[in-house]
Amino acid sequence: MSDGVLPYTVEPHPVTGVYSGKLGTWLFLASEVMLFGALFSAYILLRVGAPETGRAAWPTAEEAGLSWKIGGFNTLILIISSVTMVMAWVSLKMGNFGKARMFLAITVALALTFLVLKFTLEYVPKIQHGHGPDHSVFFGLYFTMTGLHALHIIGGIVVMLYFMFPGAGLWKTNPEYYTNRIECTGLYWHFVDLVWIFLFPVLYLMN
Amino acid sequence: MSLKTFHIVFVAVCAVFTTGFGFWAVRNYEASGDVAALVCGIGSFVGAVSLCIYGVWFLRKLKGVSYL
Repeated sequence: MSDGVLPYTVEPHPVTGVYSGKLGTWLFLASEVMLFGALFSAYILLRVGAPETGRAAWPTAEEAGLSWKIGGFNTLILIISSVTMVMAWVSLKMGNFGKARMFLAITVALALTFLVLKFTLEYVPKIQHGHGPDHSVFFGLYFTMTGLHALHIIGGIVVMLYFMFPGAGLWKTNPEYYTNRIECTGLYWHFVDLVWIFLFPVLYLMN
Repeated sequence: MSLKTFHIVFVAVCAVFTTGFGFWAVRNYEASGDVAALVCGIGSFVGAVSLCIYGVWFLRKLKGVSYL
């Protein structure tokens, strides 16, 4: 520690049994669970308390202009992206950096597809029809929850692009450390995809 | 928990939700007659089975990797 090198980046810490990056990632994800958990709780409470009729009534998915076909397709995209993400990590475990970079590129492409579909087929038409976040409680929650999720997707893309290009040099100097960083990225990515797996039925199917 | 373990949990949750979506889509087809819903429903059941098969394959492939 005194020579300025981070401890336990590769080997597991004797107390926790995991390397420091993984412990930090899980602590971060625990805070994320609380963040999204609060939003899901708010949604459920407001949904249950909404009147049956009138302007404040909760809209059905159809009334809100939410297409389960678009949502379902986006869900499929994110599930596949989790598989490609984990394949990138497995490729690094097998020492194949080229293959790992290819899987990371596919993951980024799938994430971008998700975002493009979200913005062009959902956000833009809704805002054009006056159904922005200020329209009603439902749309306020819809844009907050899906918007926050979209920000997480963008964050994941930035991290993956970093490890594909400027951060890729670490593979040459310390491949195990690089593999561990991709594992942490994968943990984050799985969490983000898992949030969508819950968002999709709540917003598109149970409404 | 390693990425291997989290991936297995993710695949299991996806398989459950995919099955649920399949039932929802078939019921949607019965109510609306939308053929796309029926196709999605059947596709979801196939997807759920595929996810289970993939999960087992993945576990076998990463037998030597720690769960922690």
